[in-house]
Amino acid sequence: MAHAYTPGLRVAKKTIIRKKRILPLKGDVVKKVGDRVLRDEIVAKTDLPGEVHTVNIVNRLGIMPDEINNYMLKKVGDTIAKDEIIAESKSFIKWFKTKIESPISGKIESISPVTGQVLLREPPRPVEVHAYLNGTIAETIPREGVVIESVASFIQGIFGIGGEVWGPLEFVAKAPSEALDASKLNASHKGKILVAGSFASFEAINKAISVGATGLIVGGIRDGDLRQILGYDLGVAITGTEKVGITLVLTEGFGEIAMADRTFNALKAREGAIASISGATQIRAGVIRPEIIIPYDDEDAKSALCDEGGEAQSVKPGDSIRIIRQPYFGKIGVVHSLPPELQAIESETKARILEVIFPDSPKPVVIPRANIELIQE
Amino acid sequence: MTRAATEGQDDKYKVIIATDCGSTTTKAILIEYKNGEYRQTFRGEAPTTVEAPFEDVTKGVLNSIQEIEELSGRKILDGDKVITPANGEVGVDAYISTSSAGGGLQMMVAGAIKTMTAESAQRAALGAGAIVMDVLASNDKRLPHQKIERIRQLRPDMILLSGGTDGGTVTHVVELAEYIAAADPKPRLGIGYRLPILYAGNNKAQEQVKEILGEKMELVITENLRPTLERENLMPARLEIQNLFLEHVMAQAPGYKKLIAMTSTDIMPTPGAVGQIMQTIAKMNNINVIGVDIGGATTDVFSVIGEIFNRTVSANYGMSYSISNVLADATLENVMRWLSFDIDEKDVRDRIKNKMIRPTTIPQTLDELKIEQAIAREALRLSFDQHKLLAVGLKGVQQTRSLSDVFTQEESGQSIIKMLELDMIVGSGGVLSHAPRRSQSMSMMIDSFQPEGITSITVDSIFMMPHLGVLSKINPRAATEVFEKDCLIYLGTCIAPVGMAKDGTKIMDYKIKMGDKVISESINFGELKFYHLGPDESAEVELSPLKNFDVGKGAGKTHRGTIKGGVVGLVIDGRGRPLIVPSDQKLRKQRITEWNKAMDLYPKY
Repeated sequence: MAHAYTPGLRVAKKTIIRKKRILPLKGDVVKKVGDRVLRDEIVAKTDLPGEVHTVNIVNRLGIMPDEINNYMLKKVGDTIAKDEIIAESKSFIKWFKTKIESPISGKIESISPVTGQVLLREPPRPVEVHAYLNGTIAETIPREGVVIESVASFIQGIFGIGGEVWGPLEFVAKAPSEALDASKLNASHKGKILVAGSFASFEAINKAISVGATGLIVGGIRDGDLRQILGYDLGVAITGTEKVGITLVLTEGFGEIAMADRTFNALKAREGAIASISGATQIRAGVIRPEIIIPYDDEDAKSALCDEGGEAQSVKPGDSIRIIRQPYFGKIGVVHSLPPELQAIESETKARILEVIFPDSPKPVVIPRANIELIQE
Repeated sequence: MTRAATEGQDDKYKVIIATDCGSTTTKAILIEYKNGEYRQTFRGEAPTTVEAPFEDVTKGVLNSIQEIEELSGRKILDGDKVITPANGEVGVDAYISTSSAGGGLQMMVAGAIKTMTAESAQRAALGAGAIVMDVLASNDKRLPHQKIERIRQLRPDMILLSGGTDGGTVTHVVELAEYIAAADPKPRLGIGYRLPILYAGNNKAQEQVKEILGEKMELVITENLRPTLERENLMPARLEIQNLFLEHVMAQAPGYKKLIAMTSTDIMPTPGAVGQIMQTIAKMNNINVIGVDIGGATTDVFSVIGEIFNRTVSANYGMSYSISNVLADATLENVMRWLSFDIDEKDVRDRIKNKMIRPTTIPQTLDELKIEQAIAREALRLSFDQHKLLAVGLKGVQQTRSLSDVFTQEESGQSIIKMLELDMIVGSGGVLSHAPRRSQSMSMMIDSFQPEGITSITVDSIFMMPHLGVLSKINPRAATEVFEKDCLIYLGTCIAPVGMAKDGTKIMDYKIKMGDKVISESINFGELKFYHLGPDESAEVELSPLKNFDVGKGAGKTHRGTIKGGVVGLVIDGRGRPLIVPSDQKLRKQRITEWNKAMDLYPKY
């Protein structure tokens, strides 16, 4: 076998992106197929049921649960205002009556003659789903949401934190191997999505947050710094809801590691354009990787779509690859050969391997195929 | 709906194809009756096709079966149909399957009292093969609105509601039903269908529960899982969970309706099937067994002690997706205590996170392998700790406890898993089944489970326990024969005297008779010794522990018996119980090196 397949993250300079925008519960879709939408426009909305509060009437009035309806002043479905009296004890003398006030404004949800509990529900909370990226409604899913289509640059990161944000892309590194220099960040970066090179330290990330940058795209950060930013040790890679003041997208991983040239160049080509990014990551069945979407607003550009790095690419001798695990983590080399048989590597694990030539040594080095990523330029 | 008609028909099935649809891979095995015995003959695998772009689980199933067709020369498929029955080299007698694709079965359970009905409900759900997302109880210290909010946030596949003994007070369980109704949770899969809820509580509250939940959810009522305080009755709830899993949850997953139609018996959740085979094996051999399946995301622990079966799942301990969580819970110090070399702490943290985000990479260097195996020891230890916490209390339907026992479940829990009475540990999952040296698997299991007395250590050769679990429902003989001959690899026996002493002091004299050879030696505290004893060999042993040490017969009492060998051999573990790794760094590294050397774990120690 002269080639192998390796999973890769997508880096597409110009492609058609279809993005599903779905409500958490069924609701109303407010756009129709063919509508042009802007990133901050609402495409679907619904009402989330309000929070529920409980009041144990029988304990408070000292009665039996099956007597509860004799003491209630309101019935199921009635609207109530905060501090309105919903139940009271019976007494001939007015001052001896115990009155129970509603802790919220809302409605009576249920009255239980078994538990003596009354459930009160707050008014519904509206939830809106934004378009998130400029584009055209390609499809509507009745009562659930829409699919937005856009011609865009599309780049996947390997890991991220923080939710969906958007802003103009601005480079704060001259080369993919340059680490972010905190002293270069200032008030002009407010609202921007910053692109750094190989590394951002805790200080640099904090500075980006303090100047008001909305996003930061960088090769790597240290795990210890992530822990400091989050305030806890991230155990499982399910992210996207963190509120740390910035959305972070790592393109390479943990440690100091130069951003892949291909990613750096794809972003550089769109400097100044408005990018929509999300740090949401889920590394489980149904993988979600962080994303950077930079729509082309001149939609007639569809004709000039470029090739992109697919998700399962063939590796052949002569291809450029990057090593994604120790002891050569981050090194770039060229595939020399792909022996078909299993070979024992240093750890004595029997694995399918390939031989790689690195620029600093002419002798081929053995690497497990599971530990490489294809680079397409 | 169970297809009971197909169960228990034993030898009717001579050629069986079995698949396990995992989250990432679908694994097929062929089992054939040849020369008077059942053997696993061929194996195929293909990526699972539950997600886009395929969204049909049967595609992966057919691909994995096709691989077996190519390897075996047997024609099994006619288009997308399995040919039954077998006729010469064409067709099979039965097709059976398990599934954990799409994240398995995720449940929320609720019970009146945290340490009583809620704990019983948790055991029922886990035993049926579920991941328990949260346990709700009237006395779980959360305020009513916090409970309702939590129920609403979770999107389980199913809810199990229990509470109260039959005929007892209904208030607590009705209150829980009211909270669930108010939260109106939505199922994880499929925005438009009604969430299944199983009620297995006080029979006197059934009508009220029906009134509160009947219209909002897909309510099913079964027998109370705790009919009296001193009686636990988990089986009706477990069976009903598996039925609901099949009818509601799996029916929502892409292609499962087709898969259900293809199989000869009900599809089981993978961990449910593994539990089934563990119980079959323990029962047939009359032994106490602990099993573990350590995966990338989760670690399952099973125990069959006497008549009692327990299963727990540590949903966030695993070797790739969840590796970082093992580090967070175990602490870096505990991981690094198993290493004989120094390494920068920050560097280890970054390496572990990189494994998490690139879960398919493999350790290339020896140091990387040692780090992964150190993490595996901690993942196994933590998962076993969690298992011990839940494998407590009541002992099934027949068991009667006195009322005084009922209120001290946590304490009585200590008594369920008695390591000295344990006969066998079965390991499964990549890091154990595919370790470059089998001695590494044995060492990882000894260090994390800390067996006491005399214990056989085994591994599942190619992860076929799920398949054999379903097989045991239609042909128990085939399941046990294949388990013994092809699935289970005996690594060897571990002899560990229980007790503590000063480092270097003698703790046991022993004689080992292997064929004509007799070894008479002693072991000191802190030492680990190893002897070759092959897979088909056995040895007569005479173990004479010193007065504070016990190998199963009591402190200071001599034990004589026969032990089995294995592909690794015999380990005499004099490190004491509980095993304490020295805190002095120099001594610790020296000890780790000695232990690694004794078992010849690595090419370099």
